[in-house]
Amino acid sequence: MARKGSTANRRHPLATVALIAIGLMFTGGGYALFSSTATAETSTASQTTIDEGKKLFAANCASCHGLDLQGTGAGPSLLGVGAASVDFQVGTGRMPMAMQGPQAMEKAPQFTAEDTEALAAYVASLSPGPAVPDESLLDGEGDASNGAELFRINCAMCHNVAGAGGALTEGKFAPALTGVAAVHIYEAMVTGPQNMPVFNDKNLSPEDKRDVITYLKYIEKNPSPGGYELGSLGPVAEGLFVWIFGLGAIVALTVWLTAKSN
Amino acid sequence: MSTVTTPETAPAPAPAQSSSSQRSSTSRFTEAAANYIDERTSISGVVKEFGRKIFPDHWSFMLGEVALYSFVVILLTGTFLTFFFQASMAEVVYNGSYVPLKGVEMSTAMSSTLNISFDVRGGLLIRQIHHWAALTFIAAIGIHMLRIYFTGAFRKPRELNWVIGFILFILALAEGFTGYSLPDDLLSGNGLRIIDGLIKGLPVVGTWISFLLFGGEFPGTDIVGRLYSLHILLLPAILAVMLALHLVFVVVHKHTQWSGPGQTKDNVVGSPILPMFAAKAGGFFFIVFGVIALMGTFFTINPIWNYGPYDPSPVSAGTQPDWYIGFADGALRLIPPGLEFELWDRTWSFNIIIPVLILTGLIVAVLVYPFIEAWITGDKREHHLLDRPRNAPTRTAIGVAGVLFYAALWGAASSDLIATHFQLSIEGVIHVNQALLILGPIIGYLVTKRVCLALQKKDREIALHGFESGRIVRLPGGEYIEVHQPVDEYERWKLVDYNDYQPLMIRPNAQGKITTVQRFRAGMSRWFFEDRIAPVSPKEIERGGHH
Repeated sequence: MARKGSTANRRHPLATVALIAIGLMFTGGGYALFSSTATAETSTASQTTIDEGKKLFAANCASCHGLDLQGTGAGPSLLGVGAASVDFQVGTGRMPMAMQGPQAMEKAPQFTAEDTEALAAYVASLSPGPAVPDESLLDGEGDASNGAELFRINCAMCHNVAGAGGALTEGKFAPALTGVAAVHIYEAMVTGPQNMPVFNDKNLSPEDKRDVITYLKYIEKNPSPGGYELGSLGPVAEGLFVWIFGLGAIVALTVWLTAKSN
Repeated sequence: MSTVTTPETAPAPAPAQSSSSQRSSTSRFTEAAANYIDERTSISGVVKEFGRKIFPDHWSFMLGEVALYSFVVILLTGTFLTFFFQASMAEVVYNGSYVPLKGVEMSTAMSSTLNISFDVRGGLLIRQIHHWAALTFIAAIGIHMLRIYFTGAFRKPRELNWVIGFILFILALAEGFTGYSLPDDLLSGNGLRIIDGLIKGLPVVGTWISFLLFGGEFPGTDIVGRLYSLHILLLPAILAVMLALHLVFVVVHKHTQWSGPGQTKDNVVGSPILPMFAAKAGGFFFIVFGVIALMGTFFTINPIWNYGPYDPSPVSAGTQPDWYIGFADGALRLIPPGLEFELWDRTWSFNIIIPVLILTGLIVAVLVYPFIEAWITGDKREHHLLDRPRNAPTRTAIGVAGVLFYAALWGAASSDLIATHFQLSIEGVIHVNQALLILGPIIGYLVTKRVCLALQKKDREIALHGFESGRIVRLPGGEYIEVHQPVDEYERWKLVDYNDYQPLMIRPNAQGKITTVQRFRAGMSRWFFEDRIAPVSPKEIERGGHH
């Protein structure tokens, strides 16, 4: 009985609660630290860049996205989208949009690299989000065969196995991935632009994303060993080719063979 | 070019040779060798029979040859591929030359196909030639069939050869599909999955057939081996026999020809097989082989290294069958959703069985068309002269309607690519195709029939009044006329020589009754021949067309 009492006295009644709280703080804090490594560099941009970005934003983006990034009827809120999203959307020319449509179309970028960076810095300064990825993840020196497998499982159903693009509903589509900069591929995976789902770091680790980029760059750099790819579109392109050019050539030859000499 | 008609048997005299001594020694050897062989095989009868067969000269008569020659190319390259392909679904880790697949687990079938592509000398070239030849083979069969159909070459006595040819077409589709499925890559696996779904969608028996075919739950480990046996053994054997039969019938029936001066239903005008036609055909074989080899050299086909090994979880965008199965894929895309109900604790789906029945109906209709037309027209004569398509307006219109129906299904199989490449919505593409599937054949039928009749009218006009010379003359009274130049007799022959049919009369039978079948037949006959332009008669020409 006394022993039991002394045990009870050795610990404060709230010790258990405190212990759990400390444990939670460590795991949660550790988790937060760990998972926010990508966002850690969001505030590295200088204040002048951010100010420059603010001006650009107010002049070019705010009419749809709102002066405080809160969004309007014409465009979504940009709070929490991060620098990666801005760099992707503005860097590939999708933003600012030429017109409303099923989805924003890729076009020549409307801003210089510095302006894009300033816009990204401004958006990132207001609320945390995924940052522009580190160069080391974009070098295309990863494991191509792992990347190919991940690509087939996660990406091919919309983008086609050879990254030639594919149709979605209501006029939307997954664009072709040839000629897309490594940084934009990475940012697309991490931010999920338009209709694309987000592939966060739990889903595809940064290393995996690097492998996917490696694979895409491999097939881009190494042309098909079989000859001209016909757009990598598969049997439809092959069928059209054989009817128009294959059989077309053969029929032209039959006409030539049976032509009467003049 | 020498042209010979069948009754004429004497071969053209050999040109005189300058060096007679050389000639005599060569000919003595040829004589001795020919004699040796003939004494032991009596082959001269066969040579006499076959060597003097006459083949008329027209480009469209060579389309069947294209199919034959591409089949030979398929046999040659296919034999090469069997030396290296292993039809097993045992799992291995790929360790060949293609970097993005290194260390990936795959079936032996896939890995051996990759080895053919990257590690066997000339393997990729042969594989690509094989595949391009297969696409060419079926396409050539397709246009050959269209030629036969639109010229009426399927009429008596050739109806059975139409059926044999049609069976060849179906066998070719089966060959194509089994071959497409062999490499066990992602694309072919997806294709098999669609076939599996198609089979499972058949009411009651579907699941049983699927399990029987795949040796258990899809994909199992048996299917590649089974398809391989079909692809290289059973189907080619049947195909070769049917092909031989098809060609024997061509010889037995003699070739059809266009109508023209001196070209009648009782003769064939053209070159004899030996030596002229055989030499040309031999050369043409190498031309076809050459075109296919060029395609195999410069254009990638079925890049399985992009597709990767089959795994039931990923399905790529733009997964399509080869073109010849496209019409079936399109039918599945066009069928409106939701054709199902629940009864007795299970779902009864008609989403699959309806397209399957429609396609079966289409196939059977093509198969039996010669018999249907013969019954409707009541024509029991033999036909060795071809119809110009315009001179059989209803048949031509039916053919165009069929082609448009097929085309709508075919186009639907690439609905996703049409949507992305023309920036349309895929739903819109599907709905337009659904409308085209129904309206296309109807509009096509009506327009074609009118166009045929109009062309016949034009022919009649030219036969009677000559063609427009473009020379405008002002008469003394001030009237302007265009001078028409009479067409020469050889040209006119083609315009006026065709069969004139009239709708069948309803006649009472022996019991003095008019049966429903007869009424129906008369109705069909009216449909066929009610609108027609009669060919110009000699009397009309004599009168100079002044009615």
